[in-house]
Amino acid sequence: MTQGTLSMEVRHVGPASVVDIAGDITAASEDVLMDAYGRAATETTRAVVLNFSGLEYMNSGGIGLLVTLLVRAQRLKQKLLAFGLNEHYRQIFELTRLDEAIGIYDDEAAALAAVA
Amino acid sequence: MSSEEKTTPRDAGNWAKPVEKLAVSDMPEGAVNINVEGRRVLSPIQGFGRMWQKTYKVALRGAGVSPQEVISVWKEEFPSFWPPGNVFYAPLTGIAPGEVALLSASVPGGLKLSTGVLVLYADEESFTFMTPQGHMFAGWITFSAHLEDGEPVAQAQVLMRAQDPLTEVGLSLGGHKKEDEFWQHTLRAVAHRFGVEAEPETQVVCVDRKRQWRRAGNVWHSAAIRSGLYQATKPARALRKRA
Repeated sequence: MTQGTLSMEVRHVGPASVVDIAGDITAASEDVLMDAYGRAATETTRAVVLNFSGLEYMNSGGIGLLVTLLVRAQRLKQKLLAFGLNEHYRQIFELTRLDEAIGIYDDEAAALAAVA
Repeated sequence: MSSEEKTTPRDAGNWAKPVEKLAVSDMPEGAVNINVEGRRVLSPIQGFGRMWQKTYKVALRGAGVSPQEVISVWKEEFPSFWPPGNVFYAPLTGIAPGEVALLSASVPGGLKLSTGVLVLYADEESFTFMTPQGHMFAGWITFSAHLEDGEPVAQAQVLMRAQDPLTEVGLSLGGHKKEDEFWQHTLRAVAHRFGVEAEPETQVVCVDRKRQWRRAGNVWHSAAIRSGLYQATKPARALRKRA
């Protein structure tokens, strides 16, 4: 699904679902993000893995959306993991302390290994 | 385009740099820095109470200003929009990413609560504050402006949990109403600044009804308790100074 400059594709990989993010995440991304999460979170999904390799821009509204996404995942007892963050976005996760609740990995293989 | 431009995200200059602990670089006259220096910042994840998203917005119909102009003025004159009895000590360099501002808020019981905020994010259409340990709320508040049907709208959006059990009780005993009144007053004042008399709209969503009991220990840093003790011991400190 695409809105503005954001697209999110969902892949199901074993007990995990990977969401490939490309573009900008802002407060206006809520519909796209929640739609992607709805497709990612099946009954058997143990973890939703966010692939930030294609992230081009994120403001504080976008970070707020990730917090609400985290709450939804926790409600369904699913892990929320991430990979593909460049140094800048890793620092933002650290600053906002999202890294304490969302597991951050270097690549997809490492993230999926953490689910198994 | 240079390779550096390609690899530097567009938002790179809008975010504060990671800080382990907050440091206040200048002390404005009258400010009290007992609950900010050396504290960590907290997101809603590290709070105790239910998670709330509160959105307050006011339409600036006929103001004839752009969202960028609204935010520019809001940043520049931020303290003047607060309700009487509350003081925001704006950083000398203005509201910019990474700056730390002290504040004094009136709370029920005549207490002056001394705390502060980190400017987490700022661009031409929005800016966001993040709270330190001890603040009533764990989370952030974003001030923004945008166009709706061609007219500018000013908005404040809070995403937070009460930081500790005492604040959670306080919120249910009228604290939420007080907070709503605070930001409604602020938005009314922003609208007035642009020559518009309008009532703000308020939307409240409970994002997470669960309380995080493992965070109950946050009360140790409570700015309310520490500010109360600070005020109560003021006469003793004055006497000691005189001696």
